[in-house]
Amino acid sequence: MTQQPLLTLERVSKSFGPVTVVSDVTVHVHAGAVQVLLGENGAGKSTLIKMMAGVHQPDGGRVLVDGRPVQLPNVHAAEQLGIATIHQELNLVGSLSVAENVMMGRIPTRFGLVDRRELRARARAALDLIGLDVDVDARVGDLGIARQQLVEIAKALSVDARILVLDEPTAALTRRETENLFRVVAQLRARGVGMVFISHHLDEIAEIGDTVLVLRDGHAVAEVPASTPEDELVRLMVGRSIDEQYPRGTGPVAEGTEVLAVDGLSSAGSFSDISFRVRQGEVLGIAGLVGAGRTELLRAIAGADRYDAGTVTVRGRRLRPGDVGAAVAAGVGHVPEDRKAQGLVLDASVNDNLGYATLASTARMGLVDFAGQRRRAEQVAGTLRIRMHDIDQPVRSLSGGNQQKAVFGRWVIAGSTVLLLDEPTRGVDVGAKVEIYELINAITAGGGAIVMVSSELPEVLGMSDRVLVMRDGRIAGELSAAEATQDAVMTLATRDVAPAQP
Amino acid sequence: MTSTLEQAPPTTPDRRTRVARFLADNGALVGLVVLCVALFIATPDFLTGRNLLNIGIQVSTVAVLAFGVTFVIVAGGIDLSVGSVAALSSMVSGWFFASAGLPGWLALLAGLLTGLLTGVVNGLASAYGRLPSFIATLAMLSVARGLTLVISDGRPIPTSPQVSFLGSDVGPVPVPVIVLVLAALVASFVLNRTVVGRSMYAVGGNPEAARLSGLPVQRILVTVFALSGLFAALAGLLLAGRLDSAQPQAAVGYELDAIAAVVIGGASLAGGVGRISGTVIGALVLVVIRNGLNLLNVTSFWQQVVIGLVIAIAVGFDVLRRRTRTG
Repeated sequence: MTQQPLLTLERVSKSFGPVTVVSDVTVHVHAGAVQVLLGENGAGKSTLIKMMAGVHQPDGGRVLVDGRPVQLPNVHAAEQLGIATIHQELNLVGSLSVAENVMMGRIPTRFGLVDRRELRARARAALDLIGLDVDVDARVGDLGIARQQLVEIAKALSVDARILVLDEPTAALTRRETENLFRVVAQLRARGVGMVFISHHLDEIAEIGDTVLVLRDGHAVAEVPASTPEDELVRLMVGRSIDEQYPRGTGPVAEGTEVLAVDGLSSAGSFSDISFRVRQGEVLGIAGLVGAGRTELLRAIAGADRYDAGTVTVRGRRLRPGDVGAAVAAGVGHVPEDRKAQGLVLDASVNDNLGYATLASTARMGLVDFAGQRRRAEQVAGTLRIRMHDIDQPVRSLSGGNQQKAVFGRWVIAGSTVLLLDEPTRGVDVGAKVEIYELINAITAGGGAIVMVSSELPEVLGMSDRVLVMRDGRIAGELSAAEATQDAVMTLATRDVAPAQP
Repeated sequence: MTSTLEQAPPTTPDRRTRVARFLADNGALVGLVVLCVALFIATPDFLTGRNLLNIGIQVSTVAVLAFGVTFVIVAGGIDLSVGSVAALSSMVSGWFFASAGLPGWLALLAGLLTGLLTGVVNGLASAYGRLPSFIATLAMLSVARGLTLVISDGRPIPTSPQVSFLGSDVGPVPVPVIVLVLAALVASFVLNRTVVGRSMYAVGGNPEAARLSGLPVQRILVTVFALSGLFAALAGLLLAGRLDSAQPQAAVGYELDAIAAVVIGGASLAGGVGRISGTVIGALVLVVIRNGLNLLNVTSFWQQVVIGLVIAIAVGFDVLRRRTRTG
């Protein structure tokens, strides 16, 4: 590997506002080699590949193609230089044919009309490059995700891409589809295409990669051969101690009564056969990588989505699937992943947003109890220290942390005793984070139970009494607070669980 | 915490910005006042008792129709069927009286029930059938008009005395104006005081957040469309009362007037915003412009041009206001 790299990011840095997400990182992509980027969520992988794709421009450092410095002001410039990115969200038009998608923007014409024969022939040639056997006239939307991905790779290669960036291409694939993709990657490697590969599945790295660049908090911590043992990769990836910013007591939890029971819950394509119990006063953390099915599981328990099999029982009452109202009535509160899209009516007032869950239950003969709703909202806004000038101001104008407290406050007012928290501190500043942790403690001290999904591992470890680790929609293992270390969780979250199951 | 809030300097905007804020927030009302003053100066016929009563009668139909549409638009939908539903309801009422021999007041109730039922169908199609409300109510626009023609065989049907009463006067006051005031009070009460009304704002503002808070979004939507149908039926009966007959081609195109009134009144087609008082003003703006242009002998062809421009200006103004506030 002594020849000149096809693509080099040389000592690049990138900040968004005060937050530095990539700091002084160097990556080389060589012809005929697969460069793996490895790191936790938020380590800077996606920012790096966005710099390769021309989506973000580095604040410091240089981008070199064939040894020459280049500017990538936009996606088009990167494509011109032969850099193609296959994102997790595929860039295809489902209602058009495979041929039209492959030739998008370059549709051959004759006398101003689409030349269908030429279109099909060129698309066929592109698909043959990777040995993909699909009908060029098929609608892309009718293909499975794996074949759509291959169509997109064929499209990239047909515009002479020499560098292919694959962002978690296997996240949505089955094992067999993954093997098929890897065969294509092997062919491309033999043809001299340089590739960048991101995956959370450690077992895939040795199989497909050549070198691994490990990122942590925006820094490159190591560059190692892909044959490095998985344990060592995990250690490199997490290798930092947890700060003492989590106010959760670590003493043994008193045996409270069981409030939530989930049995054999399954939903095709999201999660399968999930069972667990949560007791009064307990925080159950659910760890796992993005796409492991954690959010889907939480939504199913909350009644937001239907499921195929299994039961959810709250204090002995079985909840009807897909019925949020029933879950709320049983004392379940759901703080969703995306507070702006799912948690709040942004143009409505803080007062209104705090009151939605109790609007009907406190009403008399269908009439809203305005005085009571306002009194409860003001009280909760005070105890949760929601910072605002006026309870009637639109919730849109609050900061992220205060918006999140408003979503929490709704369930505090409703007297919910089982809180399902999905990324409760995402986009929340440090001060408000600690306030949310204290709120979690107050809720459990008052006899509530909490299920918390978080991608921030230190948060899960710091705040949970017990940790469930999910991988590929299944429970990969359960750890007590004492057993739960970053290494232990990451090992469960990234290793294949299949052999361990009978 | 509270002490720092109390110590914070009171934010009293100076008078000029307060006036500017008032004008921006009440653009439609200001426009209406300017319009009336201009017409008062332009023609002596505008500010006469007879003309004002005339305006009152005309505005009653548009406004009552638009109250129902206000519910739908606040909840994030659209109802294109209200004109046809108004016609169908008055026709069903007329048929029950003239052909089936039902007592007049029962015939009137049958008309209202017809509107309610068509609204429920709209609601079911859009909430449970997952049809976009634009499509569901576009279909109903055609179905209801078709049924009206089928029932009437294309001919007017005389209405019951109770319906005709809706078109008469009590002393000097036309009954439609009384109905308008009552309907406005009821609609405003529903929207502001009831659980279902407050829920409409949540559903229109962010349906997913409303659902995840435990609000029964689908049932709320059915109620919303049912109310829209009911108000449409009332408007249809008002119209029939004035003519003493149910007309097969009554209220053609009125849905667009109703939507225009709601939008001029400050509601957002994106949902979550809208008030009954705004809708009343919006309906008045439409009717006063038409009335004034008539008095000034402007042809109805040009009237359409003017109305179109007013809608564009009113909504454009609103978009501008929102952008400056959030930006």
